[in-house]
Amino acid sequence: MRGYLADCDIQAPASLAEALAVLAREPGVWTPMAGGTDLMVVYNAGRLQATRFLDLSRLADLRGIREDTTSLSFGALTTYTDLRDCRAVHQHFPNLVKSARVTGALAIQNRGTLGGNIANASPAADTPPSLLAYGAELELISPRGLRRVAYDRFHQGYKRLDLAADELVARIIVPKPTGRGFHYFRKVGTRQAQAIAKVCLAAYARIQEGVVAELRIGLGSVAPAPVRARNAEALIIGKPLAALPVEAAREALLDEISPIDDIRATAHYRKVVTGNLLGQMLRELANG
Amino acid sequence: MAKQITLKMTVNGTDCVVTVHPFARLLDVLREELRLTGTKEGCGEGECGACTILMNGRVVNSCLVPVVQAQGAVVVTVEGLAQGERLSSVQDAFLTYNGAQCGFCTPGMLISATDLLNRCPNPTEGEIREGLAGNLCRCTGYAKIVDAVRAVAADGGAAK
Repeated sequence: MRGYLADCDIQAPASLAEALAVLAREPGVWTPMAGGTDLMVVYNAGRLQATRFLDLSRLADLRGIREDTTSLSFGALTTYTDLRDCRAVHQHFPNLVKSARVTGALAIQNRGTLGGNIANASPAADTPPSLLAYGAELELISPRGLRRVAYDRFHQGYKRLDLAADELVARIIVPKPTGRGFHYFRKVGTRQAQAIAKVCLAAYARIQEGVVAELRIGLGSVAPAPVRARNAEALIIGKPLAALPVEAAREALLDEISPIDDIRATAHYRKVVTGNLLGQMLRELANG
Repeated sequence: MAKQITLKMTVNGTDCVVTVHPFARLLDVLREELRLTGTKEGCGEGECGACTILMNGRVVNSCLVPVVQAQGAVVVTVEGLAQGERLSSVQDAFLTYNGAQCGFCTPGMLISATDLLNRCPNPTEGEIREGLAGNLCRCTGYAKIVDAVRAVAADGGAAK
């Protein structure tokens, strides 16, 4: 049974300032909506508690991909299709392209947004592991001004965010990797398209003189929110490619995730597969 | 109850003005206000693609679009593919290759196939399957659908 239309309201502010004013005036009342590809699903299923929505989709200030010498800055309304179509994203962030390609299918990719994927905060979302791997930062905006947060500190629990009631995710800033980089992304789902991840692992490493100088691993569907595998990373960083402590890293990784049984997979399956993905990633890393 | 809005869209080449609830789904406005019942509702969760339409030149799931977001949009539904009695080349090929069984997924399949061929006139098998990956056929008649799309490409494309 779908949500009850007569109970619902949506307003479309003409400017970002107006949108922020609405949020500030009635904190927690208006739910921001961008592409609607998550919220409308829950509404159609009759399980959406929110009834008042703030349509962000026309706010030009939240659009566009900007490039400077050190980073790419994505407006929160950047769609998965925008990511797939952007040459600079292919060049610098191949994992983000892969994340976008496996999110839903084209009709979802044309509407769903990067900012929405982050703020909806599904632990199974496909772009967060890649954003974690690339060390992304978020620019949050409110009538009080702009605030930057490291993305790996933004998720604080299941759908709990470092985001005040009067704040919006404005931009996602991702530093361009430098030097010899290694990129790995793999989502495990039941089929190529339209699947929700059972497990997702993204990694970025920088290699210097045969040693892992930098490594970040982002994981989806194995914790209440997208998470970094910091302990596993720490064991690998500083090690020569020829002698990566794969087994120790696997054990560390399994200690820092907390997968659950749900309709898509069991916790046991998720643990086994996460460990396998880490192993595959490290083998590819070692083989250069 | 939200105030109704005056919604203006161009649907299949015709300017339309309707008074609707701003949070009504585009799917329902097309079917119930504009009586364009070719677009179907399958799952209602953006999974099956039966409600696929073109909005501003891109495929979208119309069950996931609150209609306020379609204000001013250019929309093409399955009814907009044929020119009068003359079927589009994609529709023709679906007939020739038996690309429809029960037919429920067909409007969405036709829209996605048309979109694919407009973007990518000579798709590989992989590109065809990716272009149609958001459209589920529970009769599982995919092989014939892919054949139909391939035939249109071989014969000069969707625009012919």
